Amino acid sequence: MSDLARAAGEETAPSAGGEVVSAPAVPLATGPVAAAAPGARRTRDALHFALRNKKVVGGGIVVLAFLALGLIAPLFYDYGHSEYVGPQSSGPSGEYWFGTTTFGQDVFLQFVHGIRSTFLVGLLGGGLAALIGMTIGFVAGYIGGLVDEALNMLTNIVLVLPALAVLIILHTYIGITSVPSQALFIGIFSWPWVARAVRAQTFSLRTRDFVDLARLSGMGSGAIIRREIAPNMSSYLFMTFILLFGGSVLFAATLDFIGLGPTGVMSLGLMMNNAVHWSALQLGLWWWFLPPGLGITAIVGALYIMNVGLDEVFNPKLREM
Amino acid sequence: MRRYFARKVAIYLLTFFVAVTLNWLIPRFMPGDPVLRMLTRTSVSNPDAIAPMREYYNNVFGLDVPLWRQYLNYWAELLQGNMGISVWLFPAPVTEVILDAVPYTLALLIPSILLSWYAGNKVGALAARRRWLDNTVLPLGYALTATPYMWIAIVLAWSLAIIAGIFPVAGGYSFDLQPSWSLVFFNSLLQHWFLPFLSLFLVAFGGWAIGMRNMIIYELEADYANYLEALGAPRRLIRRYAFRNALLPQLTGLALQLGVLVAGALVTEIVFGYPGLGRLILMAIQNQDFFLLQGAFLFIVIGVLIANFVIDIVYVLVDPRTRTGMTGGAA
Repeated sequence: MSDLARAAGEETAPSAGGEVVSAPAVPLATGPVAAAAPGARRTRDALHFALRNKKVVGGGIVVLAFLALGLIAPLFYDYGHSEYVGPQSSGPSGEYWFGTTTFGQDVFLQFVHGIRSTFLVGLLGGGLAALIGMTIGFVAGYIGGLVDEALNMLTNIVLVLPALAVLIILHTYIGITSVPSQALFIGIFSWPWVARAVRAQTFSLRTRDFVDLARLSGMGSGAIIRREIAPNMSSYLFMTFILLFGGSVLFAATLDFIGLGPTGVMSLGLMMNNAVHWSALQLGLWWWFLPPGLGITAIVGALYIMNVGLDEVFNPKLREM
Repeated sequence: MRRYFARKVAIYLLTFFVAVTLNWLIPRFMPGDPVLRMLTRTSVSNPDAIAPMREYYNNVFGLDVPLWRQYLNYWAELLQGNMGISVWLFPAPVTEVILDAVPYTLALLIPSILLSWYAGNKVGALAARRRWLDNTVLPLGYALTATPYMWIAIVLAWSLAIIAGIFPVAGGYSFDLQPSWSLVFFNSLLQHWFLPFLSLFLVAFGGWAIGMRNMIIYELEADYANYLEALGAPRRLIRRYAFRNALLPQLTGLALQLGVLVAGALVTEIVFGYPGLGRLILMAIQNQDFFLLQGAFLFIVIGVLIANFVIDIVYVLVDPRTRTGMTGGAA
């Protein structure tokens, strides 16, 4: 998690307590979206503006390029990312694009494998956090009452609990073995701000006429949330997922760097850990420790920029800023 | 206002309770036997010696009483400030080891948090005003806030310390000095402090600048801004109101960011070998010193809770609505 929390503060403006002080400054869809036809048109409209937005397109290209690199590049190698294949501590060359480590491991191969795990942990961790956060937010906001109180309490507790510290304890005792299990733990501890934001939005939507109408027509709570409330904040939910994705990536990198990452899996955080541990800084092996951090910064940064662009796409008022 | 604080304090106490319970629960219900692990670490060759040693350890750690008793004992010890004995720095008590490290971490965290928040807000507010500044601050801010803390620390250590040689690379003070109240020692302390501080500052700065810039833009769309504009108020005045309103969510953001900032400080310390909590945690992990690790965890939780409370007080001071009990909005 990096600036997810800040994003929550910035985008939903909740007070330090459960009370919402100022109205959430979030691009909510202006009118209700219920029928399929206007929904499809809205999607087409959004796509139209998204493809014309430089931030969305630029960020998207960077993210997709890294994704393709991580998916395809490892296929061309017939040796593993930790095998001692080349000369020791040699700089970037035609054969080893990013040079080799002090042990003669191929840094480029490690890098592309690291990108793979970066995307995996972002997708799974961000996805899980989004799922938990939205579920709790919708239920708390729509049902209200005691359920809301209880869920709000839970959210506030997980929110102030320093997630990394909990994860360090958990990881040390359990010993993470795979990227999905790492993502699972990250997801479990990074949802609270989403729950809070979604709750606030649901709160403001649930008294609208079209929701009342759905309730009168005998629709169940689950169906109302799914078909009436969620579609009206779909753009916001999508942007939330992007922020969670970036946060999970940074979180995983931190854990990997401390040496609590999954065993036997190469990740960008682990590359930095190895580089620092084997004195790459003192030996001047810059090709070992610069690419992993640059990769993370590029991926997460591109996601954030994309998010700004999407904000402009979904919120017409921001378009000509 | 009383209700506001009562609510807050209740949540913090509950969080502390949950943290302590987790801390107690995790080692006991995780797969693997900590006592067995300690026995294998000492690699006793005589099989007859294992059983009495096992009994001894069970006794030392209080594992020979029922679970609920263990839990109550744990609280009792904790409230007396006893977190056990460090394995790594045997026989120093964990509390002592941690208290030695905490000042270093605080010396990094407090200035970097306050300065980055202040500077980020100022720069962000300026950026929302000028297009050319916006075009530079925005990409830079996003790049900074997307940067992993340890990487910026690595880059600074490599470029400014190793290549340029301006700053020392590692440690809290020069290795040939003993801690004392001398000017030389203070100077060395300051030199070793600067780079870790700078890396924390830079990453956090990016986040605050973007946050403020976005908030100001949203605030300028608000009704009061439009109304003031319609009345013919000078733009400066509208900006000032927008800034003050935008500060509130930024303050909430600060509370929400605390955990991340602490995490950033931990890894930054590891890169620079700075003798704070981060390095302590690393050492505890490498030496399987679970008491130290758990003690550090509780210290971090307590620190974050206290900081949250301080922010709550500040919030009440700057936002009159919380003072008069007008919480506004639903819920």
